[in-house]
Amino acid sequence: MVPEANFTSYYGRPIVKASPWTADIPAYLFLGGLAGGSSLLAAGSDISGRAALRRSSRFTAAAALTLSFGALVHDLGRPARFHHMLRVAKATSPMSVGTWILTAYGPMAALAAASEAPGLLPAKLRRGALGKLLPGIGRLAGVGAAVMAPPLVSYTAVLISDTATPAWHDAHHELPYLFVSSGASAAGGMGMLFAPLAQAGPARRMAVGGAVAELAIGQAMEGAMGLSSAELHAGKAEKYMKAAHTLTGAGAALAALLGNRSRLAARLSGAAMVAGSASLRFGIFHAGQQSAADPRYTVIPQRKRLDDAQAARLDD
Amino acid sequence: MTMSFLGSPDPATSAGYADPPKRKGFFTDTSICIGCKACEVACKEWNSVPEDGLSLSGMSYDNSVGLGASTWRHVAFIEKPGELGEPHSHQEPAAAARPQPLDLGMPAAALPGASAGLEDRTSFRWLMEADVCKHCTHAACLDVCPTGALFRTEFGTVVVQNDICNGCGYCVPACPYGVIERRDGPPGDEAVGIAQKCTLCYDRLSDGMEPACAKACPTQSIQFGDLDELRERAQVRVDALVESGVPGAQLYGASPDDGVGGAGAFFLLLDKPEVYGLPPDPVVTTKDLALMWRNATVAAFSLVAGALVAFAGRRRS
Repeated sequence: MVPEANFTSYYGRPIVKASPWTADIPAYLFLGGLAGGSSLLAAGSDISGRAALRRSSRFTAAAALTLSFGALVHDLGRPARFHHMLRVAKATSPMSVGTWILTAYGPMAALAAASEAPGLLPAKLRRGALGKLLPGIGRLAGVGAAVMAPPLVSYTAVLISDTATPAWHDAHHELPYLFVSSGASAAGGMGMLFAPLAQAGPARRMAVGGAVAELAIGQAMEGAMGLSSAELHAGKAEKYMKAAHTLTGAGAALAALLGNRSRLAARLSGAAMVAGSASLRFGIFHAGQQSAADPRYTVIPQRKRLDDAQAARLDD
Repeated sequence: MTMSFLGSPDPATSAGYADPPKRKGFFTDTSICIGCKACEVACKEWNSVPEDGLSLSGMSYDNSVGLGASTWRHVAFIEKPGELGEPHSHQEPAAAARPQPLDLGMPAAALPGASAGLEDRTSFRWLMEADVCKHCTHAACLDVCPTGALFRTEFGTVVVQNDICNGCGYCVPACPYGVIERRDGPPGDEAVGIAQKCTLCYDRLSDGMEPACAKACPTQSIQFGDLDELRERAQVRVDALVESGVPGAQLYGASPDDGVGGAGAFFLLLDKPEVYGLPPDPVVTTKDLALMWRNATVAAFSLVAGALVAFAGRRRS
């Protein structure tokens, strides 16, 4: 554990402000990962001829996309002005970059899912040329969505790291890797939930691989964060992080042992990994919020940096 | 629009203004602040900033508690016993050189503590500081704003456009000083749901007037002007204070070499920044953004590699 350090503050008041974000944002972090991972899974299933896994993954991606769009709009102070995000494109703003990733990804993921539901088309169109073209349209849209999916999954790490929130910024080296792992485990887990065992192999491998990477990178991240990692073990963040470790670890173990034999085990382990991925995002979110509320995480490292620099100057 | 990760030292030029006026700023000299809060009041009045709570905080004379959506100037009060040996290092000027107090017939014409004699004085210090948005050279709030609502003015300051901001709240955790905030009340206020902070009275500047807080300050603790001139003036002042033995006198935010490229609003403090609730060594978060994008790109490719591995093996039809 990090030793207690003395520091001065203004009546214990926070220095940096915690984000005004609510559960919408950690939910979005999770849903973005789930959507992106599912689009990759869907494209792979399409190309390798796994129709059921393709179908369920496309639906998962579209559902997660819809929910995440709702969460993003709901979180705004002025939801009616959502489209103001489209006024500019700024590389210095991860939220702007993310908006454009989502804008490119969304229609393709939706189209890929729509191609799975020809029943929604009027019978005349379904039997005509459009009906015949539908699988091809689905494949094109699905591949397009899969191209945009990896940045969709990883940019959210930059989104929260690019702040003065101590626990988020301190994790900026590891967080993108943690989030892609978590996205893979969620998407794979969802694939295991819905696809038959015969087709679920890639979903299982993606889920277990993602889960193992998530646990390992999480450990590395804690070590690298320094002082603010303490907030991963406090308050709400601790509850979510514990749940994430348990669910992801148990889910991965069960999936590796029985996931290819028992449909029930596959479903249970898949659901556990989906829930584990969601818990992880909430845990990281709350660790950041908590770290912003306590001035120690802002003062102590900055004071040390100043004092070290001064000591170095005196040595010269 | 600012597209560079870290632009040139002159923010207006790097934001694209061809021939901007000289960069404007504040020099807040806390050594002569008397804690009257005229700046807080003038700011609220001029900018129509709504009331945001009328409660007693128990923090000395500070009941506005900190900068926020509806407190754009904030006076911090610190009642502080000095460390042993510190307070008496101050050399008293010779009696003849000191301006003599005028007896107006008031109950106490003498300086506080003057009648007691030096040896009886306590080491107590009362620090006051009028805090404000720093108008950073490299402003994180401006960098991360996804709508372009936050922009760089021709004066080198950073301002929110109320009609553009959609209240995403990203600027709030981005600010290394905890200045900007989304306004959450009172109901009916036109800026509810929108990020709010000091504009350095952009409207007044455009008409050649000084900001309301500086105008109202009765001691010239808040000085407004061309930033380069203010920096020179502040250096002279801090040198004089250090020379006369004032403990802890230091400039904060005046150096263009600091983590935000120098603040447009900087301070003369009499103690460590954290005593006043200021971050000791703030760094604009976007300084690490290029590295973060690289990590995210590698992570994205790792995900693709992982997916390929997951599908490696037999093809089924």
